[in-house]
Amino acid sequence: MSSRDVVLARVRRALADVPRGEGPYDPPVPRDYQRVHGSRTPEETLELLAENLADYRAVVHRCGPGELPALIGRLLAARGARTVVVPPGLDPRWLSAAGAAAVPDRAEGTARELDAVDSVVTGCALAIAETGTLVLDGGPDQGRRRITLVPDHHICVVRVPAQVVGSVPEALPRLAPERPLTWISGPSATSDIELDRVEGVHGPRTLEVVLLAEDGAG
Amino acid sequence: MSRSFLGMPAFPRASAATTRDTRLRANLTHATHTIRDKRAAAVAELDDWAQLRAAGAAIKDRTLRHLDHYLERLEESVTAAGGRVHWAADAAEANRIVTRLVRETGEREVVKVKSMATQETGLNEALAQAGIRAYETDLAELIVQLGDDLPSHILVPAIHRNRAEIRDIFRREMGKWGRPAPEGLSDSPAELAEAARRHLREKFLTAKVGISGANFMVADTGTLVVVESEGNGRMCLTLPETLISVVGIEKIVPSWQDLEVFLQLLPRSSTAERMNPYTTTWTGTTDGDGPRTFHLVLLDNGRTDTLADTVGRQALRCIRCSACLNVCPVYERAGGHAYGSPYPGPIGAILTPQLRGLAGPLEESLPYASSLCGACYEVCPVAIDIPEVLVHLRERVVQGGPVTRGGARVVLKPAKGHAAERAAMRAAAWAFDHPGALRGGMRLAARTRRLHPRRLPGPGRAWSDTRALPAVPAESFRDWWRRTRDGSGSGNGSTGGVT
Repeated sequence: MSSRDVVLARVRRALADVPRGEGPYDPPVPRDYQRVHGSRTPEETLELLAENLADYRAVVHRCGPGELPALIGRLLAARGARTVVVPPGLDPRWLSAAGAAAVPDRAEGTARELDAVDSVVTGCALAIAETGTLVLDGGPDQGRRRITLVPDHHICVVRVPAQVVGSVPEALPRLAPERPLTWISGPSATSDIELDRVEGVHGPRTLEVVLLAEDGAG
Repeated sequence: MSRSFLGMPAFPRASAATTRDTRLRANLTHATHTIRDKRAAAVAELDDWAQLRAAGAAIKDRTLRHLDHYLERLEESVTAAGGRVHWAADAAEANRIVTRLVRETGEREVVKVKSMATQETGLNEALAQAGIRAYETDLAELIVQLGDDLPSHILVPAIHRNRAEIRDIFRREMGKWGRPAPEGLSDSPAELAEAARRHLREKFLTAKVGISGANFMVADTGTLVVVESEGNGRMCLTLPETLISVVGIEKIVPSWQDLEVFLQLLPRSSTAERMNPYTTTWTGTTDGDGPRTFHLVLLDNGRTDTLADTVGRQALRCIRCSACLNVCPVYERAGGHAYGSPYPGPIGAILTPQLRGLAGPLEESLPYASSLCGACYEVCPVAIDIPEVLVHLRERVVQGGPVTRGGARVVLKPAKGHAAERAAMRAAAWAFDHPGALRGGMRLAARTRRLHPRRLPGPGRAWSDTRALPAVPAESFRDWWRRTRDGSGSGNGSTGGVT
């Protein structure tokens, strides 16, 4: 008897009290919790996102489409970044005003090479206002998971309002489970010393979020 | 190389020592009080917390009641996504499987994400015996590993250490494991975190094998979820070529949608954050991104035994947030080591005895490591009625009865140490059945009350070690009632008729 059979047989014996007719989807799950907490205008949702991002020490910037290249150029220059990793599908115009040399995200590149790069610029799949969370799904403008992990400075562009959702329950249906996802809420942190929060451990210690107004109004 | 929980003394003996450790007491009081208020604030932000909690409990219950179905579903989904699924009936089997999988890669070093399941199985020790070095990468686990120490908290295994102790451990030990601590390292948490970053970076960049647990596994999609803060999880889950995840079979949730409940409940309950800094989800393997090989080891190790107890099985809902530890007056004073397992605090007091089938003095003592105040139940995000299970397990210890151990039904004998308690309860039951004797006894007790000892003699001694005997009043309530209300109310006059 394989261990698989042993464990499954034990489970079935343990559940002898469960009525025969009860199916796996029968016991009801009450889902009377809220889809989103409170009602907000899109502008208020955006405000909340900015507020919650900043509360966990992400640096938030806002700009219109025409201003993005100059802003990214400024942010990289302010860090003194000489090199910046670029996902394969990132709009090339975004980095048109950047002084830093673009390093393509190559599958054969090593983690050590990545460690020598100063910054990374990506888009995202969506952002969640109530929790101040960015979700990356490995899309063409986000690249592989490692490029937003090893460099110490991450600039993430969120297209607003299209990519902003209010809450966690609003986020999940828009995400594909088969893609590797990374949810980011502020730069890396730890509560491991006396249960007090300290920002900056292994992931990028500086997270800058650009809220890019797509209608050009920003 | 590192210590284990094997052969730990029963809770009363262990806690008698730890409660006298003033530094430990101070460290724990500081840390648990810091997090308590923050958790309350994070929870108060959501006005539907009660509904989320009920949904979380219901999802877990649904899964547990049909665990065989969901396990098979999960296996199918993970396999379809390119993962390989292994089954481990106990800790030794899980360790054998992982050791073999690491050997097959030809590597002698692995990086680890903090994982309760591998703490439980003693994986690091097993790997060490096979000549494989496991590097813990969570900051608190690193502190524990470098200090040759034992974890004492589910979320923050080094909670018993303050910043000065951590600095000393880093200065003394880091060099033996890799990059030494920087010269002049201070005890500021930011500097300590920076030292850990530098120390571990080399390991992350070169590691070929990562070992993790998981917070959730989605049966429908085959997705695993790791919730973390520091980024060490992301490093271990994405940089190595091979990923091995050891996960308890109770960590399943049925559907992707179910995560909307737990990703709200868990961060607010554990670190008191709206959302933890990093959450990674992965489904099998992805071409060009992350490990090329993914193994999932499904761990039983007493979980099916726990499942067999219809009262106790609710312990398997646990999502390891550690909110119950942070509010527990007993945990705050005794510390985590006294619980003798990687699962301390109230949840440990019901989980450890069940996972191990009430197999010895430590396990039998744990259901008593509580004042039954109920604070743990109140904060539990999946509504585990810990006091109910504690009382249920106490009954099992005192009266004996059936438990499941290693998949087999065994009948426990009534515990010897509780013979006096059983005798006292039988005597009380007899007295309450015989009102004349009760009345006579109470009067005798009242008249002789000045002669009563402050501590019980004989078998009752241990009980009165930690408790003051109640003072006997000069007059019993029944006599007082009869004297003051005689003839004025109903129910008087008949023997024992007080209601």
